[in-house]
Amino acid sequence: MTIDWTSIRQDFPILQQEIYGHPLIYFDSAATSQKPRNVIEALVGYYERDNANVHRGLHELSGRSTHAYEESRRKVAQYLGAGEEEIIFTRGTTEGINLVAQSWGRANVKAGDVILVTEMEHHSNLVPWQLLAQQTGATLKHIPVTDDAELDLDQVDALLTEQVKLFAFVHVSNSVGTINPAKELIAKAKAVGATTLLDGAQSAGHMPVNVSDLDCDFYAFSGHKMCGPTGIGALYARASVLADMPPWQGGGEMIVRVQLDSSVYKDGPARFEAGTPDISGAIVLGEAIDYLEALGREHIFQHDSELTQYALQRMDEVKGLRIFGPRANRGALVAFTLEGAHAHDLTTYANSFGLALRGGHHCTQPLMRKFKVPSTTRASFYFYNTREEIDRMIEILQAAHAFFAP
Amino acid sequence: MNDELRELYQSVILDHSRKPRNFGELHGDGCVHVHGDNPSCGDEIDVFVKFSGDGTVEDIKFSGQGCAISQASASMMTRKIKGKSSDEATQMGSVFRGIVTGQDRQPEAEEELGELTLLEGVQHFPQRVKCAMLAWRALEQAINKKAGTVTTEAAGE
Repeated sequence: MTIDWTSIRQDFPILQQEIYGHPLIYFDSAATSQKPRNVIEALVGYYERDNANVHRGLHELSGRSTHAYEESRRKVAQYLGAGEEEIIFTRGTTEGINLVAQSWGRANVKAGDVILVTEMEHHSNLVPWQLLAQQTGATLKHIPVTDDAELDLDQVDALLTEQVKLFAFVHVSNSVGTINPAKELIAKAKAVGATTLLDGAQSAGHMPVNVSDLDCDFYAFSGHKMCGPTGIGALYARASVLADMPPWQGGGEMIVRVQLDSSVYKDGPARFEAGTPDISGAIVLGEAIDYLEALGREHIFQHDSELTQYALQRMDEVKGLRIFGPRANRGALVAFTLEGAHAHDLTTYANSFGLALRGGHHCTQPLMRKFKVPSTTRASFYFYNTREEIDRMIEILQAAHAFFAP
Repeated sequence: MNDELRELYQSVILDHSRKPRNFGELHGDGCVHVHGDNPSCGDEIDVFVKFSGDGTVEDIKFSGQGCAISQASASMMTRKIKGKSSDEATQMGSVFRGIVTGQDRQPEAEEELGELTLLEGVQHFPQRVKCAMLAWRALEQAINKKAGTVTTEAAGE
């Protein structure tokens, strides 16, 4: 199949604009992706035609919204290679991880246990475990990263002991782009009896992901980084693990029977979806999945990889530019520093030419400390970006270097 | 490059950021040290103020790393504040805040700030106000003689 990637840009209304007289170059998709027209129209369409609360309603609209909501759960399940009874709708990756920490974690992690993470975690896959460790008396340990921002695999065996109750790690680093060898690491964790959680925020929309093949127990992702709306995401929880997890939020929808002093909870995902969920978000996430599936994640991955390799190669031409992270085996983003130009000055400068970059610590402060930089600038790509945009970025970076560090 | 960006990064500001004045540390009697940080970008600053008995800023230095705006603001601030009374320094901070936010400006008092008024362009970049204010927030805290940590996030800027 040949995809005309340039014409795909026409699916994204937001990309057809100028910023300060320059065509918008959106290189911040790792923060949030842009949305194709079918997703935007589905959101409007839902509110124009089908809006009603899900479950329990016996009228036509409630039937439609419930059907579409559950249909979307089925799509997410299929997308991840899971069963629909294993998919919990959440607000996003962060909520999914917190749900695991506070439900599974508080029921299973005890004083003396080890929670293992890595040094390259986003704060959202670090702070929930710090909280759990404080609550339970467990110890939090991390796998260090090498100078190339890859996990120090030599230390994995020493750290993955039988004390490790949970191993939670990022699939693709949002900060340096490293793609971690998830399947291999999960197999090692399983061998010592650890439960595994994969932070899929940067992988779900960018590459084929099959949780059955990966064999992880939990996989959390956000819809808005994969063409869906903000405020919706999902958590995959292996059915056998999910079955014993206590509720973490109480309310309507998650109960079978309520008495004044106690309640009986539903099984499966419903137990973790208290209250009216983000119905429109969930339904529209299904539209985003349809869009990505039509393109094919293997094609998206290939496109993004080629674009990223091209960016790395061209960025080598820019004087004073230092790239973080591995050259190969990386996701669709490049973090860098430019001599003489602080990340915030550089992003302000780039913005005046219509180029959207992100400067800061990217919610990975421990990693920034490791590399002894306060911040980096990040260019992150998706399938709607082009080589011409990379070329333009190079021109802007060269001009910025001349401007800030003459 | 558009006019707003040219105004933000005019040569005097870039010069201060590349060659910050009064860069260093002060220790000893009468010296107050305040650490300030900007959690959104990781920028950090250390401001050292030596007060005389009547609260006059006898000497002031700063160290740390940050963007051109925070470095230039700190550098210019140290030049302007040296020799001023605590009250005068506090008043200047209030006038400066007006200049970089574009709100509650005090035009009659701005002339006194000299080259610091060149940072007026910051008002077109609301996300950068906290960069310009970082050193001033630390100074404010030093004046209150409460050595500790200030963050720009807490200031709601």
